[in-house]
Amino acid sequence: MSTVSSGGPPGAVSPAFWSVADIAQRIAAGEITATQILETMLARIEAIDGELGAFLAVDVAGARAAAAEVDRRRAANAPLGPLAGVPIALKDVLVTRGLATTAASKILQGWIPPYDAHVVEQLRAAGAVVLGKLNCDEFAMGSSTENSAYRVTRNPWDPARVPGGSSGGSSAAVAAGLCAAALGTDTGGSIRQPAAFCGCVGMKPTYGRISRWGVVAFASSLDQVGPLTRSVADAALVLQTIAGFDPRDSTSLDAPVPRFTDALTGEVAGLRIGLPQEYFEAMDDDVRAAVAQTAAALVERGAELVELSLPHTKLALPAYYLVAPAEASSNLARYDGVRYGLRAPAPELLEMYARTRGAGFGPEVKRRIMLGTYALRSGYYDAYYKKAQQVRTLIKRDFDRAFRYCDVLLTPTTPTAAFRFGAKATPVDMYQADVFTLSCNLAGLPGISVPCGLTGDGLPLGAQLLGRPLDEATLLRAGAVIEAAVGLGERRPSGIGGIA
Amino acid sequence: MTEGKQSIGGLPAMLEVWEPVIGLEVHVQLATKSKAFSASAVSFGAEPNSLTDPLVLGLPGTLPAFNHAALALALRLGVATSSQIRAKSRFARKHYFYPDLPKGYQISQFDEPLCENGHLDVIIGGGIKRVPLQRIHLEEDAGKTTHVGASSHVDLNRAGVPLVEVVSAPELGSAEEAGEFMRSLHRLVRWLDISEADMEKGQLRCDANVSIRLRGEDRLGTRTELKNINSFRFVEHAIESEIVRQIRILEAGGRITQETRLWDADRGQSLPMRSKEAANDYRYFPDPDLPPLVVDGATMGGVLRTLPELPSTRFDRYQRAHGISAGDARTLVSERALADYFDAAVAVHPGDRSGRTIANWVLTELLGALHASGTPIARSPIPPATLSALIVLVENGTISGKIGKEIFEESYRTGEGPAMIVERRGLQQISDTATLWEIINRVVAASPKQAEAYTVGGKDGLFGFFVGQVMKETQGRANPVITSDLLHKRLGR
Amino acid sequence: MPALTRKEVEEIALLARLHLEPEELARMQHDLGAILENAAALAAVDTTDVPAMTHAVPMDLRMRLDVVEPSLTVDAALGGAPQREGDLIVVPSSIAPPGRVGTEPAS
Repeated sequence: MSTVSSGGPPGAVSPAFWSVADIAQRIAAGEITATQILETMLARIEAIDGELGAFLAVDVAGARAAAAEVDRRRAANAPLGPLAGVPIALKDVLVTRGLATTAASKILQGWIPPYDAHVVEQLRAAGAVVLGKLNCDEFAMGSSTENSAYRVTRNPWDPARVPGGSSGGSSAAVAAGLCAAALGTDTGGSIRQPAAFCGCVGMKPTYGRISRWGVVAFASSLDQVGPLTRSVADAALVLQTIAGFDPRDSTSLDAPVPRFTDALTGEVAGLRIGLPQEYFEAMDDDVRAAVAQTAAALVERGAELVELSLPHTKLALPAYYLVAPAEASSNLARYDGVRYGLRAPAPELLEMYARTRGAGFGPEVKRRIMLGTYALRSGYYDAYYKKAQQVRTLIKRDFDRAFRYCDVLLTPTTPTAAFRFGAKATPVDMYQADVFTLSCNLAGLPGISVPCGLTGDGLPLGAQLLGRPLDEATLLRAGAVIEAAVGLGERRPSGIGGIA
Repeated sequence: MTEGKQSIGGLPAMLEVWEPVIGLEVHVQLATKSKAFSASAVSFGAEPNSLTDPLVLGLPGTLPAFNHAALALALRLGVATSSQIRAKSRFARKHYFYPDLPKGYQISQFDEPLCENGHLDVIIGGGIKRVPLQRIHLEEDAGKTTHVGASSHVDLNRAGVPLVEVVSAPELGSAEEAGEFMRSLHRLVRWLDISEADMEKGQLRCDANVSIRLRGEDRLGTRTELKNINSFRFVEHAIESEIVRQIRILEAGGRITQETRLWDADRGQSLPMRSKEAANDYRYFPDPDLPPLVVDGATMGGVLRTLPELPSTRFDRYQRAHGISAGDARTLVSERALADYFDAAVAVHPGDRSGRTIANWVLTELLGALHASGTPIARSPIPPATLSALIVLVENGTISGKIGKEIFEESYRTGEGPAMIVERRGLQQISDTATLWEIINRVVAASPKQAEAYTVGGKDGLFGFFVGQVMKETQGRANPVITSDLLHKRLGR
Repeated sequence: MPALTRKEVEEIALLARLHLEPEELARMQHDLGAILENAAALAAVDTTDVPAMTHAVPMDLRMRLDVVEPSLTVDAALGGAPQREGDLIVVPSSIAPPGRVGTEPAS
């Protein structure tokens, strides 16, 4: 049983839980310095993260230098970026110049990149302070962060439970107030599901919205970076900072980035909300109730519900578990001990490869590489990978058809709340946790998870909205209304000492 | 068992019974400034590992961005070989593990290559053999690995350089044809400014698939793949060696093992590559990091507009329009600059019957001088118009051919115009009959014994003596034809 | 769909250059079999004339201009290499004929 506490009296909220917008505004106004904010965060990380386990690396020196630079500029009345002084942490699949990047794998132990990911460049240009790197499932493969080769991350609402995955470090850190916002990546639900498990907002934008340059690749046609934040407004702000065309990524969309913060009108009158029946079959009662309440709240404010069907939904899981591992087996072929990372000693080349990769990769990664290698073999390619890619088109067509009758789709993010460590006995059991989130990646659509209540045990639940390509604005608009109506308000997790 | 020179003796007899079937896969490095998928420079001979960037190194998180110039160059080759150009082609990943292949896969093309079903016109013997090409596709090069004792050393400078792979149909019937195919392709890619194609720099590399079958048989025999062929000479030698090796095995009742063999130039033989790996499965699939490659009208238009007249077309034209021999035509098209020079000279030359004459001057005097001074034709001290003017002086009788050669040599050396030289040195040909008659009389009178020996004694060789005397008297300026005519008259026969 | 044979698993492990201990091999045989059963669901779907989806938002390849940008220094490039000698990366040799310089090993 987790414990919940509400925050203190209004106005006395700790800076650890201030919104991104708040922090930026107060720093710009000179009410507080970036260094003060940073030191608060560092102290909290010191106090809490030993038990929480969210961080793989905290870049104290780098963060202090960045905060000092913001303060210097503020003092000199020089222009400040929109996120100046905001402490943000990054899932450790985002490449950071000069700061170890491991993808939570032993095979990249000690690798210091010579370059920054595009999104990291964008954050730094906006004045954000990069706190450090966050734990995740190894190479982003997993739904609980249990597959990290380095440490365990606990759910701040209940330390016996997982924070979700693969961006579990990101969701835990945001929920526990160890950063103002975090970036994660989402290939099959890896931002949205941990956001739901930890009671925060998590968004996966349209495929191509955010550059993948500097994102350690898992499944190239599915991966996207996205924000994890404590509010929809913060998600909008972070999103508009990191989104946009990047010529270094050939799959990057050359589409204008709207001011997503302008979308938060609070209005949903006339919004048509689709409820796909296939997503309402098997789930916990708590989840069903929470989503029903969410739907009701939207209707109260003028939205319309539309029942519809996405007939190929059940094919999403098998299609995903062919496409993603196939692309992963290819993307992970570069980890061979030759140019960087771990190298196992061996007298001969083939043995060196096999022992390096055997020792450097964990069991889930190995499983997916094996599966992917199998699916791409000549003789099997047509029946597996190519077939799965064709099924993706069918899934996308389901959505295209649905969006003729509605503007967004509402579903639960996950069939259950956060489960206990070790609860998923087999790989296939674990894969089921993603069943509501996968289709969105396969179809390349944007999706957001917004907290919509607690279970009887006090565990957070998330409602998912899925939208048309490039229509993050509508998701943010509706998401903000859900947040205001049925969100967690000022409730904070207190499963781990020192958070609230 | 060596399979060098000794075997070649029996080869013609063997080839009456056995038919070689050869296909070539040729990799051509494209002459772009930067690499195929990233902006590091393309440059030969740089310090090892000094031309890399995060993508070339295959660092985590890196992505490819395709170089437009590589497409333009590949298209030029596709059009020049009359290939079908795919409007939408795809890049595919080809997977294998090797230390000089950083990503563990090569970006190449598989199912949907850029070009298919073209042909290469190979100049062979006196004519052209049209060899079908299965495909031409784009791909990136790997780095270089050298073996040093129990280790391998890896240099990634070459990794990521753009290549086209040209695959011929298995329709080459001899080592000679294969060698000529390579020469024609080498000439063509240089002609089109697609590649420097220097085999010594590894800019043109060739693998050969060789099998044999009984003449008249339809079915193809088991083929072997020959690799590590680093020069034109080796192409023919290695293939011939392989043909002989296979014939001997089959004649002894054995079977050909399908395998890859490496050519060892020092030993003059190929050796099978042994590898611990099972037969490799490249696991091709469309590269998800690269959307489809579209060739639009504007790009094609640009390629078509700037395509020069091809060597094989000129080879034909020179024979047809100018009556130039096949051998001479072939030399003229060995290099585009040379053919362009010839065309320029012909263009300014009066009349249209002088092609052969101009060709002779270009191929003997000009090429000879250029070769001796180590000058490329593009920097010839005598431009086409000047050569033409010199030839005109000979054609209209102002100077003799022999004097013309002297003037060529002087003009080449000093840069002085031919007409100026003629003027300054007073080298005009003497064609006036009266003048020549007077000289001839004097010369004949001065050598009565020889005159009698010729006229009465039948010593034909003495005619040259008298021609020589006239030339001496006139410093070589006597018109040889008129001189000969008049001499015959004077000497009576 | 039948479960994978041990030999198949070994072949795939070789292709993927993964050293697996015997108990890993056994577990892999089982796990992969289970996952592939899941994938068998796709076989029944009619995908005649359905194009393979490779990109969520259809797009053509954007190309870059042929402009050179500075490379990494040799030290920056080789900084992470587990073994180097001067400006070359060193790896153990494969069992292949000496003096080979080429684009790929046995095909």
